[in-house]
Amino acid sequence: MLLFIVKRVLAVMPVVLGVSVICFLLVHIAPGDPLSAVLPLDASQQMASEMSALYGFDQPLVVQYGRWLLRALQGDLGVSIATGRPVLAEVGAAVVNSMILASAATLIGFTLGCVFGFIGGYHRGTVFDRLSSIASVLGVSVPNYWLGMVLVIVFSALLGWLPPTGAGPDGGATWRPDFEHLKYLLMPALTMAAIPMGIVARTVRALVGDILSQDFVMALRAKGMRETAVLAHVIKNAAPTALAVMGIQFGYLLGGSILIETVFAWPGSGLLLNTSIFQRDLPLLQGSILVLALFFVFLNLIVDVVQTLIDPRIRRF
Amino acid sequence: MNPKIERRTFLVGGVATASLGLSGALSGADAQAEKVLRIAMTASDIPLTAGGPDNGFEGFRFTGYTIYDALINWDLRPSDKPAALAPGLATSWTADPADRKRWTLKLRQGVKFHDGSTFDADAVIWNIVKLFDDKAPHYDQRASAQIKSRVGSLASWKKIDDSTVELTTRSEDAFFPYQLTFLLISSPAQFEKLGRDWQAFAAQPSGTGPFKLERLQQRERAELVANREYWDAARRPKVDRIILRPIPEASARTAALLAGQVDWIEAVAPDQAAQIAASGARVETNDYPHGWNYMLSYQPDSPFKDIRVRKAINLAIDREGLKQVLNGFMKPAVGMVQPNDPWFGKPGFKITHDPAQARKLLAEAGYGPTNPLTFRVIVSTSGSGQMQPLLMNEFIQQNLADVGVKLELEVMEWGTLLARWRAGAISPQNKGLPALNVSAGLFDPFSAFVRYFDSVYAAPNGFNWGGWSNPDYDALIGKARTTFDIAEQNRLLGEIHSRAVDDALFVWIAHDVNPRGLSKRVKPFVPANSWYVDLTAIELS
Repeated sequence: MLLFIVKRVLAVMPVVLGVSVICFLLVHIAPGDPLSAVLPLDASQQMASEMSALYGFDQPLVVQYGRWLLRALQGDLGVSIATGRPVLAEVGAAVVNSMILASAATLIGFTLGCVFGFIGGYHRGTVFDRLSSIASVLGVSVPNYWLGMVLVIVFSALLGWLPPTGAGPDGGATWRPDFEHLKYLLMPALTMAAIPMGIVARTVRALVGDILSQDFVMALRAKGMRETAVLAHVIKNAAPTALAVMGIQFGYLLGGSILIETVFAWPGSGLLLNTSIFQRDLPLLQGSILVLALFFVFLNLIVDVVQTLIDPRIRRF
Repeated sequence: MNPKIERRTFLVGGVATASLGLSGALSGADAQAEKVLRIAMTASDIPLTAGGPDNGFEGFRFTGYTIYDALINWDLRPSDKPAALAPGLATSWTADPADRKRWTLKLRQGVKFHDGSTFDADAVIWNIVKLFDDKAPHYDQRASAQIKSRVGSLASWKKIDDSTVELTTRSEDAFFPYQLTFLLISSPAQFEKLGRDWQAFAAQPSGTGPFKLERLQQRERAELVANREYWDAARRPKVDRIILRPIPEASARTAALLAGQVDWIEAVAPDQAAQIAASGARVETNDYPHGWNYMLSYQPDSPFKDIRVRKAINLAIDREGLKQVLNGFMKPAVGMVQPNDPWFGKPGFKITHDPAQARKLLAEAGYGPTNPLTFRVIVSTSGSGQMQPLLMNEFIQQNLADVGVKLELEVMEWGTLLARWRAGAISPQNKGLPALNVSAGLFDPFSAFVRYFDSVYAAPNGFNWGGWSNPDYDALIGKARTTFDIAEQNRLLGEIHSRAVDDALFVWIAHDVNPRGLSKRVKPFVPANSWYVDLTAIELS
């Protein structure tokens, strides 16, 4: 097992390096002026040239990448051009907020997805199956940006039940799971849960249907085992795949919530990315993407290891 | 046949949590305990708070002229005419008749910074050095990037005594006082107290302005409290506290206003105005020195070298129709500035919608059904002050098609457009490009005329993007720039504007009206004809 983990970690290293190159280059390939973050809109070309030299944007890309990587290896992702604050601190605070949101969305999405998927898989061909299929298709199909807007219009603008933006009454500075803060969390979490709910539901439905048709289930029932016990076996067999799917979805939620966080002004990594893109804040943008990409890579690694612990058959040497 | 299983009720998190809403989302209790004005800005972050605001003029609006004073402020009381200069921390400014490059500024006495230290001539010099001397221990790189180019005429500075400073310009420049509105004065004592760290200063800034920053949570909120000892008793704030929140997404701002989460939202999207009005909130607008136009290229390959083409395109646009498309949130442009501006002058060319005359002029210029004029303009998807660029440009495209002109829109991201603007029509990346669509502030003679019509500022030296060069304009601008009598200066600026309109140097399209959404809590007020607003005058019911 230890050897397997070491091998997996070593295999991740080239991926990490590749990710760093892509993160760095993506930002430079994208259109726009990196000086937008530091110059007023009507700054002259001369001022732009001065600033370009000051921030090293006039150096060849290879040199810029080398410097950036060297600092990154020492844990220094630089400072935001726009604000002068350390990128790591900026990203760290945002990731925490995104994790709160992603965790809530995962909880909701995974729970609903498993419920709908299980009902659909267990009651194949019935009205329950159709209803759960509709729910999962809607979850995957409805644009979450639009869903978020609709929720805001209904629950904030029309009913006035829930706050439309932000992470808490104090601006989310000290988030805690109390009633006041949960009110801020509910709508973005529900919006974010829609897609993973649909994906998990479809996965679980297919898994449950497939497992129920296998010989060992027939053997268990033939032995007279109670249906609830049989279902426990089905769940145990379905769990690794469902868990892997949800792990990947969780990773997506952490890094792929730009639209939702923007709609709800939730101060997470998505909103930070959005901000840094529009401000053309290169160090912040590169640092944010790198941290999120690495987070995703290591999350996959953890899921792999956990899967192996649950199901030793998938261990590869 | 599936065997029966026990029925279970699966509790869905959403059902349970939906009941959370029953008590209401935002009680607004904090807003009732004291008079709190909650503002949603378009900026994606809190503008810099250390005395060199970023995020364009929105930054100056909310973290500039609130926390700080400039040497020369804007008079934001009148709403029926463009804002004029007013004494700030300088009570007077005069150019030496013997040497017009030397300006003497008398400083206001008895003014204290928020930290209790005294404002004096040393503080003024210290603040200039922090922007202009990159070797100085207190040089502020970020503030310098924002401000230095806006105070471009300043060559040297000198303290005369505790209440007098002398500033020298590179050449005679009667427009120099306008530049001093950007020079915000921060406290040297506070900078020292915080360990000479601008980052720490940004969190606990100290100016002389009508509000003090009490709390800064980057990317989330800034809380300003009233400065009850503000030196101008007539401008002491009527609210106790202002909460600034960055909400860049227009729909999210509207939702925040409708839900009672904020009292004030910047830049209302035209299609959301009806929704705001229906909720009992209101949208306030006013004239605003902000033009949305096409800048034209005067390079050899540009069709706009021909004045008939320039006039034809100006006459082909149905600005009233465009206004309807924007739900009334614009003013049809009849020149660079508006008719109530002291710099409007008496242009002979009337910018109206006259397709027949446009066709006639195009025919005279050699264009017609067999040889239609086709030209390209670069436009942005969105951006600071860009209003509704795609919608508006598509409407204009139809207008031009009606007179036989084919307009090709090249759409790009705002930052890219800015870079193309800075580079000028002369640059290789803009080769063959006859026009670009960018909005800009028009709040002083330099920003409204000089930077566009003076050949000295032909790109890449400035923002004369198209490279317009005419000795008569240069002479007239030079004369206005060296005329220190304001009435005469205004007359000369009117003459420059009249000539520019008669020569149709731009395609003038729209003036923004700066729509703001305000809740019922905000007592009615008419905003100044300015990029800025006097937040000290805002009252809450």
